[in-house]
Amino acid sequence: MLRALTAAAAVFVLGAGVAFAAGKAEHPHDHAFSFDSPVGSYDMAAVQRGFQVYQQVCSSCHSMDHLSYRHLGEQGGPFAAYLVRSHETGEMEMVARRPEHGGTFVDVTENPWVRQIASEQTITAIDPNSGQLTDRPGRISDRFRRPFPNEIAARASNGGAYPVDLSVITSARHGGADYIYSLLTGYTGESQGLLYENPYFPGHLIAMPPPLGEGVVPYTDPNTPQTVEQYAADVTHFLQWAADPHMEERKRLGIVVLGFLLVLTALLYFAYKQVWRNESH
Amino acid sequence: MSGPSTYEPKTAFTRWLDRRLPIVRLGYDSFVAYPTPRNLNYWWTFGAMLSLCLVVQIITGVVLAMHYVPHIDMAFASVQRIERDVPFGWLIQNMHAVGASMFFLAVYIHMFRGLYYGSYKAPRELLWILGCVIYLLMVATAFLGYTLPWGQMSFWGATVITNLLGALPLIGEPIKNWLMGGFSVDQPTLNRFFSLHYLLPFVIAGVVALHVWALHEAGQNNPAGVDVKSKADTVPFTPHATMKDLFAMGLFLILFATFIFYMPDALGHADNFIPANPLQTPPEIVPEWYLLPFYAILRAFDFNIGPIDSKLAGVLAMFASIGILFILPWLDTSRVRSMRYRPIARQFFLIFVVVCIFLGWCGGQNPGNILAKAGPFSATLEWVEGGTVSQVPIQAAGESQWQEAADTAESAAREQGATMTAVSRTGASTGSIRAVAGGAVQSRVVTAETADALETAIGAAKVEVGQAAPFFTVERRVPPMFTVTNFSQVLTLYYFLFFLVILPLLGLREKPGRVPDTIAKPVIDGKAQGAS
Repeated sequence: MLRALTAAAAVFVLGAGVAFAAGKAEHPHDHAFSFDSPVGSYDMAAVQRGFQVYQQVCSSCHSMDHLSYRHLGEQGGPFAAYLVRSHETGEMEMVARRPEHGGTFVDVTENPWVRQIASEQTITAIDPNSGQLTDRPGRISDRFRRPFPNEIAARASNGGAYPVDLSVITSARHGGADYIYSLLTGYTGESQGLLYENPYFPGHLIAMPPPLGEGVVPYTDPNTPQTVEQYAADVTHFLQWAADPHMEERKRLGIVVLGFLLVLTALLYFAYKQVWRNESH
Repeated sequence: MSGPSTYEPKTAFTRWLDRRLPIVRLGYDSFVAYPTPRNLNYWWTFGAMLSLCLVVQIITGVVLAMHYVPHIDMAFASVQRIERDVPFGWLIQNMHAVGASMFFLAVYIHMFRGLYYGSYKAPRELLWILGCVIYLLMVATAFLGYTLPWGQMSFWGATVITNLLGALPLIGEPIKNWLMGGFSVDQPTLNRFFSLHYLLPFVIAGVVALHVWALHEAGQNNPAGVDVKSKADTVPFTPHATMKDLFAMGLFLILFATFIFYMPDALGHADNFIPANPLQTPPEIVPEWYLLPFYAILRAFDFNIGPIDSKLAGVLAMFASIGILFILPWLDTSRVRSMRYRPIARQFFLIFVVVCIFLGWCGGQNPGNILAKAGPFSATLEWVEGGTVSQVPIQAAGESQWQEAADTAESAAREQGATMTAVSRTGASTGSIRAVAGGAVQSRVVTAETADALETAIGAAKVEVGQAAPFFTVERRVPPMFTVTNFSQVLTLYYFLFFLVILPLLGLREKPGRVPDTIAKPVIDGKAQGAS
């Protein structure tokens, strides 16, 4: 009886799989990111480049309200600064990436890269002397600059569509990073009025014009190709970091906790066997 | 059951304390000397895990409440702040969110264990009912807590559930508005949900104390379901049960930690990372996994039952599915506790478990999804090739006479030798009729696997025929099919049959299996001493 039931259930599940196939967005294709595996970490060079893509392309429409500039330079951030001793001169020097070994983390308030990124922004804030709204250079404690003051202004400038906040976008979409990457590289080139065809978007028509093009963001590193695929992979990497900034710390701590629990559970098992050794049960 | 206390204070201080507040004695009698049946299996270790879950949820919850802001404009951001800026906030938040799922995983195993081994039967009816109260409070607490992050699923889940209560006759609407603190889910709702979410765990802790008290009064059931006969059948709770519980808890924590550190969002829904937007309904509204079976029962009722409309029927069935557990001790007529010795009941129980799991699966699916159908969707297109088309306006005397006027015009056209007619309505009482005279009637059948695909196929066929046809008649046929809703209906039926028919009748008719002598007789001296 049970076997028959299981078989029937299997048929239902298979049938359901077929029925779902039509009328939905295309399944995002599986891009290999360095953070995919349980021990995988972020490629900070890619996160740095991705931040550059965000700054120069995405940020003209998309906000990232939950991030501040200081987050970029905190431990686990893409521009975290470390003091390391130079092999040639023996002097201490500051680098904007985590060294292989050693190195002293530099507090974000002392981080020149983050300070520069923040100061390049123009932030509208209340002037402490006049109480009026005024423009000033950004500080590291500022939130990422918003492209529009509010949702109404954002819609008015984008033909009625609202460019969503990107702070947790990879968590907020089924498929996560793979979905973002597929969407950014999935434009067919066709458009209908103000909508652009993209098979990965539910309904296949998206209001966002293809944001990336060959060479639109100049990378300083000559070895990194300036292609749409590379830009998409980099900015997805950055967005994944933005949504889950503590991932590396989380995975590292996970190994310690699981290791401890495994040993503890083994000891508890032997203790349990020891207590029950003379008891029939 | 536990007999007179065997606690002897060893030090001057404990002797002094024991005369005034025998709290150490209480702990000793309850958790050290307490006699535990020696044949308990691993299914009995989930009670300890549940205590652990409650403690973890309360501790992490108290810390989260220090950082959380119950305001519709700030709640979502405050959770983000906890994840990003609060030291180890990400860990505490993950523990609390994953902890809820672990809590329910453990409680379901605990409940199924009670069902299988008949732990609800005399003298443990109150113990079981207190457990059901705890479960009901857990469901309420989890629902309230899921609202707090104020994501899309939080908001719409709260909207759907509070609206459900509005389906109750007379009292529904006032209860709904009282719960929401207004006419929709808004700031007052969030504030009171936060308050209640903080309150209920302590109520749970109180009922847990009663649950444990009742347990220690009646004594633990055991896999044989046969009462403990003598002291020889038991071992002291500590260290025997304690060590076994700790070992099982270690395994449970490994699973818990795997989710916390490697799949923190796997049990949640992506939409809850989108801030709540009252103007935009998400494509699908689903509760967390542990409430999906009840959601499936709710949605199984897509038909009215006499004066009861489908919504109310669903709500009543959903509450009844939990309510029925409260009267289970009196529904099951069998005097044999453990299903080990009830071979037929055991089969029905295993099916019941599978049914519950599939109900959960159904709850997560779109109710209209087709699981099986007798044939493809099909449509017959008819058109006339090579005829002459004429168009005549129709003017009816009034809106109510439209159909009559259209029918008259159509039969007139037919009488004049039209092979095909098409009526189109342009206003309340105006329209036109197009008719084709002469020509040859052509037809084509298109088929497709889904209703959407059929429309695409019809469109493609029309384009293909193109200018050759002035217009088409399309007759669509939907095959007999079995949807997720139908599946839920079958499963729901079994769920209620199991409690209302199978258990009551089976207990009267079933011939129980034989209990082995080694269990029925005392272990040591061969003669029964009677339970103390």
